[in-house]
Amino acid sequence: MKRYLIPFAIFVVLVVFLAIGLKLDPTYIPSPFIGKPAPEFNLPDLHNPDQRLKASDLKGQVWLLNVWASWCTACRAEHPVIQRLAAMNIAPVYGLNYKDKPEDAKKWLRELGDPYKANLVDRNGDVGIDWGVYGVPETFVIDKKGIIRYKYIGPINNRVVDDEIVPLLRKLNAEVG
Amino acid sequence: MRIKRGFVPIVMVLLAISLPSLAAIDIHQFDSPEKEALYKKLTGELRCTVCQNQSIGESNADLAKDLRRKTYEMVSAGKDEQFVLDFMTQRFGDFILLRPPFQNNTLALWIGPLVILIVAVFFLIKFIRRSVNDIPLTDTDRAQAEHLLERDE
Repeated sequence: MKRYLIPFAIFVVLVVFLAIGLKLDPTYIPSPFIGKPAPEFNLPDLHNPDQRLKASDLKGQVWLLNVWASWCTACRAEHPVIQRLAAMNIAPVYGLNYKDKPEDAKKWLRELGDPYKANLVDRNGDVGIDWGVYGVPETFVIDKKGIIRYKYIGPINNRVVDDEIVPLLRKLNAEVG
Repeated sequence: MRIKRGFVPIVMVLLAISLPSLAAIDIHQFDSPEKEALYKKLTGELRCTVCQNQSIGESNADLAKDLRRKTYEMVSAGKDEQFVLDFMTQRFGDFILLRPPFQNNTLALWIGPLVILIVAVFFLIKFIRRSVNDIPLTDTDRAQAEHLLERDE
């Protein structure tokens, strides 16, 4: 009996490890930004290119940054969720229009609706690199002190909004800035 | 089969044209061979986070192109290897390094295989020793052994 006990124990340990490995999402990369200050940017507005916005201008409020592009099909699927989230009026959603042609982006917003407080144009993707963006769409939550508190890679869905983002926004709104 | 004269040189010329154009993805100018070597080294060590198991030097993904451009900008501005690696890990985390750094959370990764090897060798030796001892001596073996021992004395 004892003979079989050790191989069986090894087998069980292996199965547990492999089961955990199966459940892990290899495209999920832990963001080094959670708890760190939001990287600064100074970008033109999509609709009024003369007007520029800096990340530091937004201090004192909780805000969301949604990275999107008109060429990104997952963003199209995500758009109604962003619209729903923005309509809740818990926190403003800013768009980072990533490596997109401004004409295409404007057309996209005309067609699908514009839930964004403002859209910032990152034409060559430099700000995307500063924010560690690698899989559009991505969504960040930034608190009143300008610290990144949450990041979601890929299209957010209603479950993520209701279970994760909204409770977090309410909590952060209650914090003293 | 007769090959027309002039055919072989034409093929050779065509081959000579096509090979370099396949090899060059980006064209970058470096003001020193050291910088070029550093750029090549870095683009081989940074992981393309979209394609995961390719370096940014091998990948044709858009992000890899951007990261190559960023690496090129930093290298040609005279930044050293550590600066570029720090820049990338600050933004994309340790995952961007194809060679994981030796630190607390990667200890199991680096030491694990060695520990398993040592344990396996330990049990292997134990197993071999035991199975050798388990074989009972026959009477002839015993007589032979006694004979040898007596001769020694």
